Amino acid sequence: MALLSIITPELGLFFWQTVIFLVTLFLLSKFAWGPIMSALREREDSITDALSAADKARADIEKLQATNEALLVEARAERDRILAEAQKAATTMLEDARAKATTEGNRLIEAARISIQTEKNAALNEVKNYTATLALDIAEKILRKELSNSDEQRNLVNEYIKEVNLN
Amino acid sequence: MATKINKLLLILLMSMASIVCFAINPNDQIIEEETGQAQTLFNPGEMIMHHISDSHEWHFFNTETFHATIPLPIIVYSAERGGLSVFLSSKFDHGDTYKGYGILHEHIFAVNAEGVEDKTIAVYDFSITKNVTSLIFSAALLIFVFTSVAKGYVKNKGKAPTGVQSFFEPIVSYVRDEIAIKMIGPKYERFMPFLLTVFFFIWFNNLLGLLPGGANLTGNIAVTLMLAIIVFIMTLINSNGYYWKHILWTPGVPLPLRIIIMPIEVIGMITKPFSLMIRLFANITAGHIIILSFIGLIFLFKNIYIAPLSVGFGLFMTFLELFVALIQAFVFTLLAAMYFGSAVEEHAHDDHDHGH
Repeated sequence: MALLSIITPELGLFFWQTVIFLVTLFLLSKFAWGPIMSALREREDSITDALSAADKARADIEKLQATNEALLVEARAERDRILAEAQKAATTMLEDARAKATTEGNRLIEAARISIQTEKNAALNEVKNYTATLALDIAEKILRKELSNSDEQRNLVNEYIKEVNLN
Repeated sequence: MATKINKLLLILLMSMASIVCFAINPNDQIIEEETGQAQTLFNPGEMIMHHISDSHEWHFFNTETFHATIPLPIIVYSAERGGLSVFLSSKFDHGDTYKGYGILHEHIFAVNAEGVEDKTIAVYDFSITKNVTSLIFSAALLIFVFTSVAKGYVKNKGKAPTGVQSFFEPIVSYVRDEIAIKMIGPKYERFMPFLLTVFFFIWFNNLLGLLPGGANLTGNIAVTLMLAIIVFIMTLINSNGYYWKHILWTPGVPLPLRIIIMPIEVIGMITKPFSLMIRLFANITAGHIIILSFIGLIFLFKNIYIAPLSVGFGLFMTFLELFVALIQAFVFTLLAAMYFGSAVEEHAHDDHDHGH
């Protein structure tokens, strides 16, 4: 009898269980499960988004690093190229300058030589003329002295020669 | 360590309190001995039945002079007794009859002028019994707890959960990820409110039932029957053509077998929720009976030395029941989700087993 009573559903409790359970279900769905589930979903979405954004940022950084590396290599190559070019240009310029200087020097030396030659010739001519005049003078004086004293004439010649040597 | 000992002491204290609560029964037979002294004869079967059954009053304990009992509202309907009557159960104290109604062993009946039960008059009992009171309390508790949790999500929008919110969040996530999504599949969302409600309803009431003096709500067949009926109705409402085809004309099976399988499948539609009803009822009721039996031993033997053994076993069973409270909530929710899953499953592969 007692056992039968516990396995026999009572109408009253069944009725209240139905009413209260359905009301609870409705209220919880509206005020608890709805907000909780949507908040959970939102947070999970935001976490997923954040993770994918982080992945994307990492990929971007890697890409950027690769680009930087490439740029660096390129810059290095450019620098090397420019240095080499500059070196080459400098060498060429030096070579050119040297050649020019040599030519100019040769030209100047040649010009100097010509000028020296000309001066030398002029000087020789002058010396020649002077010597001629001097010889004539000496000859004239010797001739005049010889007429008076031969020793004295000799002395005079020597004296003149000495004078010439001094000049 | 210290908190562990404190908790243990608390449990022990509660077990002791439950001894007091469960021990003495108002229906104990009183026999007049030759000496004229009244002596109660302990009847463990009756004590256990009293504790697992519903009651029209909330009884805690009795002493010689004092009955710690909360009277509960009686709501009865009978056309012959002038329709609906509402009064407190205390009107029935001392075996009284009231407004033409009487009560015996928690059964309300109409009485005739001589005060004898009149079986010709139909009486419908909608009383706020102990179980209904507990039901209202648990519903209020559920609504309070989970609206607080929901408020936490508004307050900590996009932030980590705090307080009670962080306690329930993994459980809610578990019900969603491990029960609903795994068993139902992509259409899980429309079942989430029911699955969460039923899970926490069963769990909370299982735990409340373990409290000393608590009502055995989830161990009552009317409650589990109603939950099973809802699962059955929700399965039918959400069932698709593939579900019915599978039941009535199982694909991929030879023709003679189909004719045999059809009635089996149709019966299976009923037995699935029926098993839900019996499983929850039997598990919870059995747990209560075992704990009460251990405690009853003390009073049966009238020997204090049996108490440590009884308390020890009772303690062990109480811990087991705490675990069972969760397991049964989980199992009920899981199986309900499985039945919903079979109802909404799309025709994908013929050879797929539907979990039966």
